[in-house]
Amino acid sequence: MSAWVAFFVVAALAVGSALGLVLRRNPIHGALFLVANLGAVAVLYLMLGAEFLAAAQVIVYAGAIMVLFVFAIMVLIPGKEETGPDPLRAVRLLAPPLGVLLFLLLAFVVVGRTAVPPGAAAPAPATIGALGRALFVRYLFPFELTSVLLLAAMVGVLLLARKKES
Amino acid sequence: MGVPEQYYVALSAILFTIGVVGVVIRRNPLVIFMSLELMLNAANLALVAFGHRFGTLDGQALVLFVMAVAAAEVAVGLAIIVAIFRVRRRLSVDDLSLMRW
Repeated sequence: MSAWVAFFVVAALAVGSALGLVLRRNPIHGALFLVANLGAVAVLYLMLGAEFLAAAQVIVYAGAIMVLFVFAIMVLIPGKEETGPDPLRAVRLLAPPLGVLLFLLLAFVVVGRTAVPPGAAAPAPATIGALGRALFVRYLFPFELTSVLLLAAMVGVLLLARKKES
Repeated sequence: MGVPEQYYVALSAILFTIGVVGVVIRRNPLVIFMSLELMLNAANLALVAFGHRFGTLDGQALVLFVMAVAAAEVAVGLAIIVAIFRVRRRLSVDDLSLMRW
């Protein structure tokens, strides 16, 4: 019973903050809403027994990535970009109904098939140790490739952000 | 007894849809990026829920890789936005139609 209450409170928080991100005009408010949303999803990870992911979510997403976003918002002087008339207003008005359609499609395809016959699934041995073993044994190669990807991203950002010397 | 995984997947579908709508209706590239993060997060939530349902850790391992890719994507994307802003001094995706057919 308490699990249901907790789930619906956290779910309402996640949906509300997501709507706030999309609907508020100020990007700084959007960033704060996104932090709230990421925190709510971290709580949902905890409720699904993924403690390590909850911690990684808070550190990587709500910490590192959002700091990057806030830096970018401060560098780019927000508040002036979505004034003025919208040249594509008619197209953008179509977005919410089509979004509802997309949600119905997703719900129909995915949610309807999540149901597994009872007794088919064993409860997960979801400890952090087991996750570490999975990462460093079964997924060792993709894990090492991740470091190459991050290195490539770092070099690319340096290349994009440096001043032209000429 | 916890909440059935269908509810988590439904929530993930809702968040993903909100992210899609955000990408379409907003004009500020920063907010578009944040909506993208929202969609990635919704996908992560679905992965964790499915992993929980089927009793494996593959979903959680995949989520870690998605997080790494998201971090790289945000860094490169924000650098591109800053580079564009330096040249054009404006920040609206409607201006960026140079490569559009």
